Amino acid sequence: MCQSKSCQDTPILSIDNLTIDIPTSAGTLHAVRGISLDLKRGETLCIVGESGSGKSLTSLALMGLLGKRIVPRADRMEFDGIELTTASARTMRKLRGARMAMIFQEPMTSLNPAYTIGDQLMEALTLHGGSSRKKARARAIELLEKVGITAAESRLSQYPHQLSGGLRQRVMIAMALMCEPELIIADEPTTALDVTIQAQILRLLADLQREMNMAMILITHDLGVVARVADKVAVMYAGELVETGPVKEIFAAPSHPYTRGLLRCIPLPGKTKRGSVLGTIPGIVPSLVGDVEGCTFRTRCEHAAPACRGPIPLHSSPEGTHSFRCIYKPGSLQAEAALSTGTSV
Amino acid sequence: MLNFILKRLGLALLVALTVSFISFILLFLSGDPAIALAGEGATDEDVLAIRKLYGFDRPMLMQYASWLLSALSGDFGESYYFKLPVSSLIADRLSVTMLLGLCGISFALLTAVPLGVIAAIRPNSIIDRIALFLSVAGQAMPSFWFGLILIVAFSIKLRWLPPSGTDSWRNFIMPTVVLGYYAMPAIMRLTRAGMLDVLSSDYIRTARAKGASEMRVMFKHALRNAIIPVVSLAAVQMGFMLGGSIVVESIFALHGAGYLAWESISRNDLPTVQALILIFSMFYITFTFLADVLNAWLDPRMRSS
Amino acid sequence: MTLATSANSVDPLLQDIIGPTPGQQLRRRFFGHRGLMIGASVLGLLLVIAVLAPVVAPHDPYAQDLMARMKPPVFLGGTWENILGTDHLGRDYLSRLIYGARVSLLIGFVAALISGTIGTAMGVAAGYFGGRVDMVVTFLINVRLAMPVVLVALAVVAILGGSLQVVIGVLGLLLWDRFAVVMRASTLQVRGREYVAAAQAIGASTPRILLSEIMPNIMNNLIVVITLEMAHAILLEATLSFLGLGVQPPTPSWGLMVSEGKNMMLFEPWLVLIPGTVLFVVVLAINLMGDGLRDVTAPENRS
Repeated sequence: MCQSKSCQDTPILSIDNLTIDIPTSAGTLHAVRGISLDLKRGETLCIVGESGSGKSLTSLALMGLLGKRIVPRADRMEFDGIELTTASARTMRKLRGARMAMIFQEPMTSLNPAYTIGDQLMEALTLHGGSSRKKARARAIELLEKVGITAAESRLSQYPHQLSGGLRQRVMIAMALMCEPELIIADEPTTALDVTIQAQILRLLADLQREMNMAMILITHDLGVVARVADKVAVMYAGELVETGPVKEIFAAPSHPYTRGLLRCIPLPGKTKRGSVLGTIPGIVPSLVGDVEGCTFRTRCEHAAPACRGPIPLHSSPEGTHSFRCIYKPGSLQAEAALSTGTSV
Repeated sequence: MLNFILKRLGLALLVALTVSFISFILLFLSGDPAIALAGEGATDEDVLAIRKLYGFDRPMLMQYASWLLSALSGDFGESYYFKLPVSSLIADRLSVTMLLGLCGISFALLTAVPLGVIAAIRPNSIIDRIALFLSVAGQAMPSFWFGLILIVAFSIKLRWLPPSGTDSWRNFIMPTVVLGYYAMPAIMRLTRAGMLDVLSSDYIRTARAKGASEMRVMFKHALRNAIIPVVSLAAVQMGFMLGGSIVVESIFALHGAGYLAWESISRNDLPTVQALILIFSMFYITFTFLADVLNAWLDPRMRSS
Repeated sequence: MTLATSANSVDPLLQDIIGPTPGQQLRRRFFGHRGLMIGASVLGLLLVIAVLAPVVAPHDPYAQDLMARMKPPVFLGGTWENILGTDHLGRDYLSRLIYGARVSLLIGFVAALISGTIGTAMGVAAGYFGGRVDMVVTFLINVRLAMPVVLVALAVVAILGGSLQVVIGVLGLLLWDRFAVVMRASTLQVRGREYVAAAQAIGASTPRILLSEIMPNIMNNLIVVITLEMAHAILLEATLSFLGLGVQPPTPSWGLMVSEGKNMMLFEPWLVLIPGTVLFVVVLAINLMGDGLRDVTAPENRS
């Protein structure tokens, strides 16, 4: 690991123009189109967006887990200087689990029912060589304790079916951390869990990320979570990155109509009046099969104009950290909103 | 787990008892077995004597009880034809049939499981198609005909293998293939379906995300789960195969219990037939029982409950 | 232009929106399934040949001609007089094959009908009533599976004599296990549906529920099992006849023909190959049809 200032600043993950096409019987599904992202060590990026917006596909592409049928294309998709799109299967295998790890949505089915928790935890370490079973076992116990599992040692000989969903997700987290990865991707890790457990797991993840100085990509559609843990936010809609920027700016000055719509959907303590109607975004996501042109959000956008069918410009802030894709210039929608409601955002 | 085994054992014993009663009843389908036994041209006194000698004059349930009791101690009476104790007749032949069954199920597993696995890993590939063809053809292939074709090809035309007999291991090759092919389609289909199912599961993705190699994913993570139902199917098939040995053994004149069954049936040697039906049933019952126990033991979810 | 529009003149645009009806979809899947089409065609052809046997058979299948024994088929240098040659008694092989189709189909169909009736009654009762009934039926299935089919069938035929009726009866009484297993599972599935609960709620009688709510919804599975068991029965009959304890000579049966040809196999292998191939192709066709029917009627269960 590198501690110098300059090294801290170079992104560990750098994606430029990532595209994922899926061949289907009805034609090519343009599932992810032209995504560009940067992530530094120790940073947390939250990807938000509704189901089917391409969040999970993007993360699976990073891990090289899309399957043989789907080949991602990108101008650049580098992890610590290693180009992932051209990396051999062997290189990817050495990265997976060791330097980049992933936590999935479904803790109930993500553990192999035929092996004990201990076997599966230790495998994550022994697969990447060097470690004896004894060391791996000690590490497994250490991490189980770290993710807050009591009686860690006795858990090692248990089978997944003997654990609750929350415990299993803790095991999945411990498993992802076995090799001290530099990047951890968590794909909606709490969706399948009870609400009370959700908060615990997310807090745990955020704490561990800070403690181990990992870069983290957290996929979620819970904006409350985003506000608490994210450094950066990327908003995806129908396979495109519509807006990205530092969490403060996104929440303070959402620029894309979709982001603004999303933010209207969450109640804010103190700001949202009791009994008032929360925002919704009417309409449905368009089909991504065949040619996709213009802004895909135009079918649901209250500001849609004829120009939305054409090419959409990308607006970037002067520092280049906050950018969004829309025909309207930065600030113009905020001004309009301020005019129509008489309040400032 | 122990509870499950005891319950399963109770069921097995009850099934065994019922089967024994049915195989005993078979004897009386023809009406009076004494008349059949006495043969044509026997006088009434002969029939009476035979009836007395074999105890056919007692109530049926009494006869069943005494038959069952002696069967339990290994005494199945005397063969009408060979005039020898049935148990010693069968004991001589059973080892041949068991060997054949063992070879057959090994052949079936060694061909069906790899084919099923490869077919699942590469759906619609050439191997998948070959596997599908073999299984569809196998289900329609009359085993007596398949045996004859092998004899025509390998004994008559090529002269590689002996067409019949029990003398050397070479006599077992063709019977093994015929008997094994009988069990292959079902095992292959189940392996393929199981692997396909497992390969699309979340924990396989987890294994890949850990950095496991494809080989490790297939064999350690996928096959271990897909094979559980195959094990119990193989045991059930083994039971069916011993019952099917009668066809194979009669084609290849392999002197096992199946051949003995065919001989005794042709000669109306009822005590031997009864005993063989009972013994083949017991094999099936034992195998399915063992399969269920093994299945429970292989599946951690059942083992710990 | 009149106001009356007939059903045939539906606006093409509207047709697009409505899409094909379930019946049209089923027909489309049916005719689009290659295995099913091949299987059904072979079986259909065989059925026609079997029914018209007296018309299509070139000779009397029983007429012996000891002067013309084992004449080879046309493709092995024989004459068009006996296209597939003659057997060891000089009987025309093709004619015997054609009449053999009658025997096979009759046995297959009636045996499947008998075992289907027994097995369906047991399976539906077990699935619908559950509890003790289910326990008893499951137990009987276990007992039945434990009995070695070929052995028991051979023994019974040996005791009662190998007439067509006995063979059909024995197979019918032995092959009900798969019906019982499948019908029990299907009934269990259907029993939980809302329309059954609705029928129970309005006080429909049990026979009425079984006949008009349960049966129509498990019919497709039943047809699949009937098809597959018919193939099974045909195979078993051939096996019994081959072992000399099924249909008795001189009745033409494919299994018997293989058995009779077996002794001449060394010199005239076609005596065995021809009836065996026919048997194999017919069983294959019926199996393809059964598998196809399963695919077509329940596409979500396709493996």
